[in-house]
Amino acid sequence: MTKAAAITTKKEILVTGFGGQGVVLIGSILGQAAALGDHRESTQVQSYGPESRGGYCCSQIIIDDRQIQYPYVRRPDILVCMSQTGYDKYAYMLLDTTLLITDQDLVKPIGFDRDYLSIPATRLAEEMGRKMIANIVMLGFFSSVTLAVSRKSVEEAVKDSVPKGTEEMNLNAFKKGWDYGAAMLKGREKKAAGHAGVAS
Amino acid sequence: MSNPAVLTGEHYMTGDEACAEGGLAAGCQFFGGYPITPATEIAEHMSSRLPQAGGTYIQMEDEIAAMASILGASWAGKKSMTSTSGPGFSLMMENIGLGICTETPCVVVNVQRAGPSTGLPTLGAQGDMMQARWGSHGHYEIIAFAPMSPQEMFYHTIEAFNLSEKYRLPVLIMSDEIIGHMSEKVIIPDAKKIKTFERVKPKGRKDRFKPYETTAYGVAPMPAAGDGYRVHITGLTHDDRGYPAMSPEAQEIMMTRLIGKIQNNLDDIIRTEQYLMDDADICIVSYGASARTAYAAVEDARRDGIKVGLLRLITVWPFPDALVQELSRRVKAFVTVEMNMGQIHREVERCACGRAQAVLVGHAGGAIIPPEKVYAALKELTLKKKK
Repeated sequence: MTKAAAITTKKEILVTGFGGQGVVLIGSILGQAAALGDHRESTQVQSYGPESRGGYCCSQIIIDDRQIQYPYVRRPDILVCMSQTGYDKYAYMLLDTTLLITDQDLVKPIGFDRDYLSIPATRLAEEMGRKMIANIVMLGFFSSVTLAVSRKSVEEAVKDSVPKGTEEMNLNAFKKGWDYGAAMLKGREKKAAGHAGVAS
Repeated sequence: MSNPAVLTGEHYMTGDEACAEGGLAAGCQFFGGYPITPATEIAEHMSSRLPQAGGTYIQMEDEIAAMASILGASWAGKKSMTSTSGPGFSLMMENIGLGICTETPCVVVNVQRAGPSTGLPTLGAQGDMMQARWGSHGHYEIIAFAPMSPQEMFYHTIEAFNLSEKYRLPVLIMSDEIIGHMSEKVIIPDAKKIKTFERVKPKGRKDRFKPYETTAYGVAPMPAAGDGYRVHITGLTHDDRGYPAMSPEAQEIMMTRLIGKIQNNLDDIIRTEQYLMDDADICIVSYGASARTAYAAVEDARRDGIKVGLLRLITVWPFPDALVQELSRRVKAFVTVEMNMGQIHREVERCACGRAQAVLVGHAGGAIIPPEKVYAALKELTLKKKK
């Protein structure tokens, strides 16, 4: 692989939220999917406050085709925010090229004047009867809109990472998020095509 | 029938989990633990995995007892280990000294967090490096590893067991929160491919056996309680039978053995790695999580034509004096990168002995050092001509 190609395929991902939302689990599932499923290099580091729930929480994932030395995000390609504090704390790292993804009901990206993607992950999870699967709904959405990891690999990693007996519920949550993302992209494409039609 | 202690295959796991798996693969049969962030996951993982491998996990009442329990388990003939972080490491110090004095093999893992005191429980640091060296009272030698990835957490734990069994002393794994909590691919080979060192047991007449005899490589065979050999184990200065001997002469014999078994086998014990050092003017010295910063910084700087290389300490103790002395004749400067305010830096400076500059890129703790900070320090260096 050429050096330029290797650089473009590198993905630096930040996932933030509050403790208890399963932010670290999103990170380790993504990392595992990339490393074991897609056979690439990946690292996942985490940081959190001394509180076990409710405090800030952050997971940083790097996916690359070459060995990863420094495991922290320096130039985020994607920032996922599951809580307002998560956004407030990490907004300073946003670059012009960073894709911002938020939980629609929980995060207002104040001062962010570009396009971004959002999903009411927590609400959708509540509608499915389990608020705690919001992270997996977000993971499904993330996977469909970014294609940073292959769907099959993420689904395998989800199955491997969640408690026994909850695999089906989590895969449904994943599908919910995936479909939501796929529909959103399709809608946007149509809209873009429509605009183009008017302009020409 | 596969060996349940060895989880052969490709995994995505944290450094803490990989450390526990390394212990299991090395043949650890006893873990006396007391949970503490960020080392809890080692104990947690051991509590579920060790019974599957036929071993025993006990959560002790505190770290003092945890350390005592693994010394006892070792004298019962089992490979044993514990894990902790700064505050618990402080509590373990006295019994680590007991392990050194009684020449008891065991492995102690310190997943470092920022101190002093309770400090930053969830955030990494490398502030216990000198405590690892000198934290227990009296003069002694110690062996300490500093893994830089979950994969190394696995292998270093095996190697730590092997050296502890071979040289009969507690061996330390000085990890940090970043590596302990970081997930990466970990490949665990077939059980057959894992080299383990099994404790040398005494043979021959039981009435003539001396558990503290000074042998060719400095270490006497070690019986387990119940093997029928007479053992007397004390933290008092003792003679070769293990009986208290209250004299400067006995002290000298014992100390010569405790220090000599390490100092006379440095080539077998010390592990280092060099990266782009052949033409380097500047040598970065680093270890553990900081080494990942150092590798990135070397790559950044080399791209800009700075002749810099890296000496990575895989074992930090015993310190590679001879190697750093030799390098100090070749390079113009050393830059030590570590998450403390200058501990290994002092060792580098000592060995450089004025032949090369010694600069520190340190950190108060709580975060990894960004490569940019190392790069800036490299740019600021004005290299003096070598005489």
